[in-house]
Amino acid sequence: MSIELKSVTKSFGDTTAVNNVSLSVKEGELMALLGPSGGGKTTVLRMIAGLEVPTTGDIFIRGQRVNDIPVRKRNIGFVFQGYALFKNMTVQKNIAFGLKIKKWKRPDIAARVEELLKLLGLAGLEKRFPHQLSGGQRQRVAIARALAPKPTVLLLDEPFGAVDAKIRQELREWLVHLHQDLNVTTLFVTHDQEEAMEVADRIVIFSPGGNLEQIGAPREVYEQPVNEFVAKFIGVMNVLSLEVRNEVASLNELGFPAPGLPDGKRLQIGFRPYAVQISPDLAQFRYRAILRRTYFLGIMLRVEIELPSGLTLRSRMTKEEYAQLGLHDGREISFQIRTYRFLAGENEPLGPEMHFKYQPPPNIAENI
Amino acid sequence: MPESLQSKAGPAKSAYRRGTEEPAIIKWLMIGTALAFVLLFLLLPLVNVFYEAFRAGAKYYLSSLAEPDTVASIRLTLLIAAICVPLNLVFGVAAAWAIAKFEFRGKALLITLIDLPFAVSPVVSGLVFVLLFGAQGWFHHFVYGEGGWMFRHHITIVFAVPGMVLATLFVTFPFVARELIPVMQATGSEQEQAALTLGASGLQTFWYVTLPSVKWGLLYGVILCNARAMGEFGAVTVISSKISGVTETMPLRIEGLFQASNGMPAAFALASLLALLALITLGIKTYVEWKTQRELSLGQQVVAGAEATHGRRAP
Repeated sequence: MSIELKSVTKSFGDTTAVNNVSLSVKEGELMALLGPSGGGKTTVLRMIAGLEVPTTGDIFIRGQRVNDIPVRKRNIGFVFQGYALFKNMTVQKNIAFGLKIKKWKRPDIAARVEELLKLLGLAGLEKRFPHQLSGGQRQRVAIARALAPKPTVLLLDEPFGAVDAKIRQELREWLVHLHQDLNVTTLFVTHDQEEAMEVADRIVIFSPGGNLEQIGAPREVYEQPVNEFVAKFIGVMNVLSLEVRNEVASLNELGFPAPGLPDGKRLQIGFRPYAVQISPDLAQFRYRAILRRTYFLGIMLRVEIELPSGLTLRSRMTKEEYAQLGLHDGREISFQIRTYRFLAGENEPLGPEMHFKYQPPPNIAENI
Repeated sequence: MPESLQSKAGPAKSAYRRGTEEPAIIKWLMIGTALAFVLLFLLLPLVNVFYEAFRAGAKYYLSSLAEPDTVASIRLTLLIAAICVPLNLVFGVAAAWAIAKFEFRGKALLITLIDLPFAVSPVVSGLVFVLLFGAQGWFHHFVYGEGGWMFRHHITIVFAVPGMVLATLFVTFPFVARELIPVMQATGSEQEQAALTLGASGLQTFWYVTLPSVKWGLLYGVILCNARAMGEFGAVTVISSKISGVTETMPLRIEGLFQASNGMPAAFALASLLALLALITLGIKTYVEWKTQRELSLGQQVVAGAEATHGRRAP
């Protein structure tokens, strides 16, 4: 284990920023700390770096408890959200700073700086000052500076937050490649779920109040969210609150089998837009709805359908599918829900995932 | 960024005035009033000082400055400034550091205390030290009593140079701190934290990161502090014995000559020196501001250029 947190809590006065978080990061892993603002993810990063001290709990780096080890002795590389480049130093001096402090020999410093400039595509910029660089260049200098002293872990706080959308995408791919090349354990903070999904090996999801909700590979947290918060935070999800009657959990015209559950029990289910299968043939699927609006998301389309009861669900398909089915706004359609999950309520375990792929819908809910 | 605004408005000369602009009459009335005020109350007296100084001729001007008591007053003024400025530099940096970088109880009180010398009349500032170290003062017994350290070393404070240094120190205390606090607050502590994560100690962080990033603010504070230290009259006059050649600074000497029956030209000669100092201070200040501005705008030009050539390239 490269980094390990054991029941770490951090409070600032009365507010709890990080609430009893335990997690471990494997050597060489690229991990995202994902959550909405106020989720305590940056505080976790800063505690690992030693810029904040946990109120309770222990932090280990490579098996060594580091709670009482000051920042400068932890051998971590930290990339700040605003980059925090030394304004009065050139690119070269910025990168060399950590090496100079660690008393590397002059030729060694020059060689290491040269190596990093090349690695990060900064060659030719070494004499520039930070204010003479573009946003993307500044960020790469910040990363080069953090990497120079060969840190045990690289920590990045909202690495793509301050860059405009066009460069963001490039930087994401570039970070993945850099990580592959260097294989240094990397943790980054983000509030952008797409970014986390695309870049990270594993994602840690925090909810407001600093609670750790789920840790898992992107696919895992997307397909098997443990609760409503994760389900809604990672991608788009239809979430419905149902009530059980006659062993069927239902909301308006929608019904889902709930064998063995008592009448009056309330539960929640969630399903991704892609699980909502639409057909222009009104006889093909059991439920009917009207296609209200189509959103173009590039190669994919998101479709909003409205049930007779007024309930709105979101579906998703490719442009080709959409064209093949001959859909358009205002058209009446039939649909089915192929896959769904029971989501855990408060203090309740998560239910099983229910697959209904290509199965005829159950009849029991017909007349509800 | 008034420069960039001007350059944008420049080429597009139009008959229409912008909605935010005042009518020409009001504009010129305001500018005229301000100019007239500056001419009457700032420029005219300044010109007058130099005119009066040189009225009796350059030869008299030089000889009056070369008078031993006058030379002694210049020397004393420089000595006091040489002691006060470095000390207040250290105090100011420490105070600004504490205020800008840390949260603690009584921070607001500390800020108020730093401003105190601005609020208090300089005469009172001088008087305070007379009361503390004078014959009836609180500290008198400790420092001057039979066994007192000062007594044994024949050092006096009140009505002597040490008292004048103390009073000047007090009066010039806020300048460096006042200039530094906003600069340090604006810089934030991220750069310092970055230095810490790279293995730097507190002292290394201060030396390599904090100090260079506030150098212009610091220089400006030092200039102001120096100008006040040399020009201070009120606080110093109370605590000085005003013995010519011994405890007279330039401002005190000017006052003394001015009161004397035929000292007017000599007073103005010395006053012109002080005024010259003010002009030099102003010049350095303008240079410092121009320099920072230029660095900023140069940086922006380079960034704009870099974006035009490299912006599209994959990182």
